[in-house]
Amino acid sequence: MIWAVALALAAVIAAGTYLASSRDLLRCLIGLALVGNGINLLVFASGRLLSQMPPFVASGAQQLAVAANPLPQALVLTAIVISFVLLCFSLVLAIRLLQTAGSADTAKLRAAEPVAVEGSKPALEETA
Amino acid sequence: MLVLTPLLVPLATALVCLLLPPAWQQRASLAGALLLPACGLALAGEVVSNGPLTVVAGGWPLPFGIEFAADRLSAALVLVAALMLNVVLLWQAGGSADAAPAAPTLQPLLQGLVAGAGAAFVTADLFNLYVWFELTLICALGLLALRGGLRQLDATLKYFVLNVFGTLLLLAAVALLYAATGQLNFRALGAATAALPAGIALPLLTLLSLAFLIKAAAFPFFAWLPASYHTLPAPLLALFSALLAKIGLYALVRTLGAVFQPAPDLLFAVLGWIAVVSMLSGALGAAYHWDLRRILAFHSISQIGYILLAIALASPAGNAAAILFMLHHSLVKAALILTAALIFHACGHYDLRRVGGLYAGRPGLSLVFLLLALSLIGIPPSSGFWSKFLVVRQTLLQGEYLWAAFALAAGAVTLYSMLKIWLEAFWKPHPDESWRAPANDRLLPAHAALGGLLLLILSFGLLPESWIAYVMAAADSLRGGS
Amino acid sequence: MGPRALLAEIFLRVLHPALLLASLWILLRGHNAPGGGFIGGLLAVAASAAVALTFTAAEARRRLPLPPTPLAALGVLLALLSGLPGVLGGHPFLTHLWFIVPLPVSELPLSTVILFDLGVYLAVWGAVGGFCLSLLAAVEAER
Repeated sequence: MIWAVALALAAVIAAGTYLASSRDLLRCLIGLALVGNGINLLVFASGRLLSQMPPFVASGAQQLAVAANPLPQALVLTAIVISFVLLCFSLVLAIRLLQTAGSADTAKLRAAEPVAVEGSKPALEETA
Repeated sequence: MLVLTPLLVPLATALVCLLLPPAWQQRASLAGALLLPACGLALAGEVVSNGPLTVVAGGWPLPFGIEFAADRLSAALVLVAALMLNVVLLWQAGGSADAAPAAPTLQPLLQGLVAGAGAAFVTADLFNLYVWFELTLICALGLLALRGGLRQLDATLKYFVLNVFGTLLLLAAVALLYAATGQLNFRALGAATAALPAGIALPLLTLLSLAFLIKAAAFPFFAWLPASYHTLPAPLLALFSALLAKIGLYALVRTLGAVFQPAPDLLFAVLGWIAVVSMLSGALGAAYHWDLRRILAFHSISQIGYILLAIALASPAGNAAAILFMLHHSLVKAALILTAALIFHACGHYDLRRVGGLYAGRPGLSLVFLLLALSLIGIPPSSGFWSKFLVVRQTLLQGEYLWAAFALAAGAVTLYSMLKIWLEAFWKPHPDESWRAPANDRLLPAHAALGGLLLLILSFGLLPESWIAYVMAAADSLRGGS
Repeated sequence: MGPRALLAEIFLRVLHPALLLASLWILLRGHNAPGGGFIGGLLAVAASAAVALTFTAAEARRRLPLPPTPLAALGVLLALLSGLPGVLGGHPFLTHLWFIVPLPVSELPLSTVILFDLGVYLAVWGAVGGFCLSLLAAVEAER
């Protein structure tokens, strides 16, 4: 089971890395989100896949019987929420960039770092 | 409870700001900002007199509960964060000189950023540290996009992609460390990692350090910093420069210098060379650029190199030098950026090719810049001199002559770019002959903010004994198991 | 404004309160069984999204108890405040307290945990719901 999960997360991270290295804005952001999900899976698997039972202490019992490790579940829930927030932010950012710049090609996005003028001199920056 | 104030005070302030109408936000934010240094001072006083303070959230037994711990290092950095927050709010009160737009999200994001930084400084749990890195990142992204122009959106994208990559690496490192040891609490994690075979510990710690190096803007991962910082309004730029990369550096000091001590030597050897190249590339980048904000951003990378060099020495004295340099750099870099904003206010441009004549037009500003530039270069007696002196002396004492030589060479390049600013902005006449320095209206809050920072920097330079004694004790208590 | 979905509109008269009630039930159930504020909050978001898809995003926003951002902020603030009673009792922050209120028939367990969970519920409803509704509003604007 752990090997299947390991292979799955390797595939997801590889696919995400491939997409993230794209010049297309949306592919890049989706790729990053995919890598994030792969790493979330890694967090989940880091507590070992012991059992499929939910970690609830049975009524009347004092100790947890054989069950899944609850700590990585708590960690991965936090990580999922964070990656969800970042995904939301990146999508809104992408929409705004597409509207303002009119292009999804990240190589053409040079507004913050203008290309040097006359071959070597740094370009004049806008002030605001 | 005192340990948690660096987190709770700004976080609660941010939430209250979100609930209030815009007219009340600034007042609520100011109240929270004024409370924070008081908490920081109380924390520092308690830590100095009674040793490190700890609390476990919810009272859960260790190592399961999330522990928060504050020692001298945490307290000092919390104070820097609190000071910078107040400087920003004071600058904003004037509303002139490249202030941030008064958007309804400004105050919550500012407070959230400081909450994330403050919490990162006091947490004693690796996963919790990751969470605070993310909170800081999200608030920083919001602040970067605040002005909403194409330049800002472009900068936000670059910042987003590289920093998210960094936090993803951090999360992967945390997960793998947990998989290998079953621990997340700093003390338990340190003990469990020491028991791991070297072949497993080294890759795990390398991955963790890599993530922190991206956050600290070290060579070759610094691209996000000079790509984005110069699009920020001046007070936010000062806050970012003083605080953000410091969180990564703090995490390196905390993990390599304390939690995972003794860390593998190979890691420190590589870190030393990363530090050297950061110092040189930052200084050379600054020498190339003409925009004041970009010069100062590249300088940050060079200064981060010095701090990394001190960490790479892997000794208590090296850590002490790193902490002193962090404090010096936060204060001086923020003050220099605010000085640049005043230059912008006087001349209407940040580019050195478009400004000039300020020695005659603004003699007071010239003096302030001169004092700060001398401190950044490291001319005695200034905060920069003591910080660099400690780093270089310790490097020589530990026999790393080559590293020390590079550190001095980077200092010479820094001298060149500071001289360039002096000659272009202050000495040379203004390119437009009809230019006259505008009236200093509405600049009182800005001057007060800069003056306060300057007083602190001067006291650091002239009376270094207490500062050095504090960081020495801080570095000692790092290893004494905090 | 596209064509009206009459069946969905009528169905939603029942579905919307039912979904909200179910989300509250899941929130309260989370004490000792699977459930809790997070999942309950997501169900409340589903209720808001159903309204937005049937009517408009503005209508869904109007049916929220507060505008999304203050709703989320209030939630996180409630969660933070739930940690304070423990501190007043001399325990570490976020130590939760339980009070058993005896009732004639049964007993009512009250705790600061429910305040925390309610905070999570509101935070998720405000944050995720707000994001969802603003995206749907952007889609409506493009039509």
